[in-house]
Amino acid sequence: MKKNIDITYINKDFESRVRLGIMSALMVKDWVTFVDMKEILQLSDGNLASHAAALENKKYIEVKKAFIGKKPETSYRATPEGRSAFQKHIEALEKLIHRL
Amino acid sequence: MSEYHNDLKHIRNIMERSTTFLSLSGLSGVGAGFAALAGVLVTFFILDRNQISYFDGKPNSINPETEIEIAIVALITLVLGLTSGLWFSWQKSQKQNLPFWTSSAKELLIAGAMPLLAGGLFSIILWKYDLFFLIAPAMLIFYGLALLSASKYTHKDIFYLGFCEVVLGLIAALVPGYGLVFWGLGFGILHIFYGTMMYYKYK
Repeated sequence: MKKNIDITYINKDFESRVRLGIMSALMVKDWVTFVDMKEILQLSDGNLASHAAALENKKYIEVKKAFIGKKPETSYRATPEGRSAFQKHIEALEKLIHRL
Repeated sequence: MSEYHNDLKHIRNIMERSTTFLSLSGLSGVGAGFAALAGVLVTFFILDRNQISYFDGKPNSINPETEIEIAIVALITLVLGLTSGLWFSWQKSQKQNLPFWTSSAKELLIAGAMPLLAGGLFSIILWKYDLFFLIAPAMLIFYGLALLSASKYTHKDIFYLGFCEVVLGLIAALVPGYGLVFWGLGFGILHIFYGTMMYYKYK
């Protein structure tokens, strides 16, 4: 029975590679701009935007829109909820691996 | 199950990539090291030609033309060192398909720039007061501090390199007259040593 407990922490929201990547970057950095995130994860605009929006809906990340001159700049940061959910997700992954 | 393994690997990879400047090439250090050694040799010949023994440990009176000559050699050495440093790291980023001008690259630059700038200005001030024997130790110490502060954003080896440079600079300050030798050791030999090591480590 104990085994099942771990699996409940495997978070479906983080199953996509892109979301996993966004959260990983935001765990170690504070605000990350859209452009930097794209470079870190090597993604296209649309791909990043849709996954970021999904994480924002879940309140795992917050979005800040600022203007640098006339150019809009979007930045992301992990919320405390997002951090703890992702932390649990990593721990669950690690436990699952060690069990094998 | 290996899917979970891959997930963890991916997480680690992204975390590293978002905080560290990975393009730093060992060859950058080797290139800068050889530029430094060449600079030391040329300076040595200039001093020798003027019959100035650098090893007296006494404050030497250098005529203004020689001073300018040495300053030009120093500038050329700096440009060569920086160019080779940037060139090899740029090459590495292209080859490994890593982004070059990342936010970590910027953070690395900012962290390193302050001590470097202070060190450069301080060296010019020492020169103004004719305290030549302290210039080499000051450059080594400030450069080492710059590396220590920048090491947070790149490979950990840079931390140890910075530490060695600071120690070498302090020793150099205690042994006046051997500044050029210590400068060559710090900017030449240490760079080549660490550069070679890092080149093989992060291939």
